[in-house]
Amino acid sequence: MITKRIIPCLDVRDGRVVKGVNFEQLGDVASPVELAAYYSEHGADELVFYDITASAEGRALFTDILRETAQRVFIPLTVGGGINTTADFDRVLKCGADKVSVNSGAIRDPSLVGKAAKLYGDQCVVLSVDIKRVDGVFRVFARGGRDNTGLEAMEWIRRCVGEGAGEVVVNSIDTDGVKKGFDLEMLEKVCEVAPVPVIASGGAGKIEDFIQLFHTLPGVDAGLAASIFHFGEVRIEDLKRRMREEGIPARIVG
Amino acid sequence: MIAIIDYGVGNLFSLQSSFRAIGQEAEVTADPDRLRQADRVILPGVGAFGDAAEKLKRSGMDEAVRLEASSGKPLMGICLGMQLLFEKSYEYGEHVGLGLLKGSILPMAGRLPEGLKIPQMGWNALKIRKPSALLKNTREGDCVYFVHSYSATGCEDSLLAEVEYGIDITACVGRGNVFGCQFHPEKSGSVGLKILEAFCRL
Repeated sequence: MITKRIIPCLDVRDGRVVKGVNFEQLGDVASPVELAAYYSEHGADELVFYDITASAEGRALFTDILRETAQRVFIPLTVGGGINTTADFDRVLKCGADKVSVNSGAIRDPSLVGKAAKLYGDQCVVLSVDIKRVDGVFRVFARGGRDNTGLEAMEWIRRCVGEGAGEVVVNSIDTDGVKKGFDLEMLEKVCEVAPVPVIASGGAGKIEDFIQLFHTLPGVDAGLAASIFHFGEVRIEDLKRRMREEGIPARIVG
Repeated sequence: MIAIIDYGVGNLFSLQSSFRAIGQEAEVTADPDRLRQADRVILPGVGAFGDAAEKLKRSGMDEAVRLEASSGKPLMGICLGMQLLFEKSYEYGEHVGLGLLKGSILPMAGRLPEGLKIPQMGWNALKIRKPSALLKNTREGDCVYFVHSYSATGCEDSLLAEVEYGIDITACVGRGNVFGCQFHPEKSGSVGLKILEAFCRL
């Protein structure tokens, strides 16, 4: 049976993991390569590297880091951040990325998803959407959740999947950082419109939040989180063990 | 030396890196001579069957692969590369494969129970159907990473392992010196690296 995926997300700026990470076993780790290797050994099913660099110099550093990671870590790598053109796809795929996630770039150029899917295959194109409720309507936000695009989220997702997005990451701005659980209402709506894998993001604070997610919404394929993994609030091994106990298919390493 | 065939299909960076990680020299090559000089051959591939079969033919690599396979050299196809080893594919029409293994490639759409997404994307647990040198360090239930919308059928005589995705799906095949993995061993963590290691010892 296919397992539900657990995906840590690493924000990378100028070649370092943002905010740092503190593991008892590792101490303070800011190297994305070391952290990726650690997560891979401890049961992460996939990794997302999110490039939040602004400068060209930082961008070059990011691709170096990516290349180094792909030489050491042999699980799927998704790269996001600063993906605006098919040339950006090319740049990160050549360095070992397996999938590329587009967010604001697709909003600026709605033909990007289709063009990239034709060149690299649907399985390579991940649509990442930041969604927030505005007057009871799910709206797509751009630029890291700052700008309301006015786009209705489910319509946007349907359109991008139609163009070839092979996977959808749903970031709920409403639950992000609150640590009270995933946005089940929003995710249920996305599962109804997207026939491709759906990855839940935003709101996980503890193991039970993942259990509730997978029990409530069988259509959700994966859970993504950052700080709760980085700060050791949730250990992936523990999470996977609990998932198995709860009858949720999970991949256990070792 | 392991030759990874480059025929313009897909990204070979991770595959080459994974062999390096297990201490094996792997060369990405489009040269049939290098195939002849290699100890082992990997046929990779992502994308559409028809397009890949055409590129393989145009590069002359189809004949080179057949030649090396008939010489008894270990050959392994990965993902679409595995599918190309079979006789035929019914992905957007009907296409002829290398015919090194018996069986054909069918779309999973229409064969799966409702609620299962296509492609199958993610980690699934291997059900070993036949002992083999390729899977000698792989345990029942070990998970490997899949991304595919088509699968091999009618390949009972080469079937080594399956996974359950609503129905049983061909995961790993092998007959004589010709092997194939529908999944990506280079993306399947330590389980995948063990399979690549076993291939290097064949």
